[in-house]
Amino acid sequence: MDPKAFVLGCSALGAGLATLSGLGSGLGQGIAAGQAAAAVGRQPEARGAIMSTMLVGAAVAETCSVYGLIIALILLMANPLVALL
Amino acid sequence: MDFSNENLGILFQWDGGVIYLTETMVSTWVVMGVLIVFALIVRIRLSSFKGVPTGFQNIVETLVETMSNFARTTMGEKLEGLGGYFFSVFAFILLSNYSGLVGLRPPTADLATTASLALTTFVLIHVMGIYHRRGQYFKKYLSPHPVFFLMNVVGEFSKPISLAFRLFGNILGGVIIIGLVYQMLPLALRFILPDVLHAYFDLFAGALQAFIFTILSMTFIQQQATSD
Repeated sequence: MDPKAFVLGCSALGAGLATLSGLGSGLGQGIAAGQAAAAVGRQPEARGAIMSTMLVGAAVAETCSVYGLIIALILLMANPLVALL
Repeated sequence: MDFSNENLGILFQWDGGVIYLTETMVSTWVVMGVLIVFALIVRIRLSSFKGVPTGFQNIVETLVETMSNFARTTMGEKLEGLGGYFFSVFAFILLSNYSGLVGLRPPTADLATTASLALTTFVLIHVMGIYHRRGQYFKKYLSPHPVFFLMNVVGEFSKPISLAFRLFGNILGGVIIIGLVYQMLPLALRFILPDVLHAYFDLFAGALQAFIFTILSMTFIQQQATSD
């Protein structure tokens, strides 16, 4: 089998697997939104502060899926493994 | 489709190598130009500022006051002077993220820009820590137990890395998705359908990431510089 084709094929597979990191991100952000909704239900006048706290927490939790995206982008666009062949 | 940073020309060339002029540099200069022009306008109008603010003066004073209050509540009284620096960081990142709307490639879609901003935060964290806490600063690495020393050191390095990659990944992801959608659509639909994507990825995510970068930097500095 052509080694370059094998490396590129496995890189594409790896890039697809890297997007599985979005699972943790979606779960975490959903839990944050749920807790924020419960907090607003308990104290509706604190809605502004609760919403900004929720957005900050959700954006920090987003980092996990961003790391997966970066790995996928590196494998697809700036693949360092092909140069090693 | 190519989403990398294109070289537009050559800046410096010598025997050993070459430095290119990239798209990121041009976008950074445009953002810098806008910020400098705004600052000059405020400076020129400063002499005619009255005791009771109206119009333009009101906007400027609101911005400065909001940032100053925010810095004071997040970082405490001692570090209130850093509010000015963080206002410029916030304005730069916000304008950089929004420069995608006018056709430039956002400078924050390049790891170099975000890594330099994160490196500045890293230097600030440790300089403020040493300046405000002298010897206590080094003891923090041995708490809660000296066996945690290596973990604490690695944790200190993970902060700027996560700051840089968070901003870079979010903005570059937006650039790629919007670029792909533009490529897929026929010319007639290109004015209507991508608007929703621009509204989310550029406006909302751009502002949110600028805010996150600023507030996380402030929180890190506050953790290191004040004794808890």
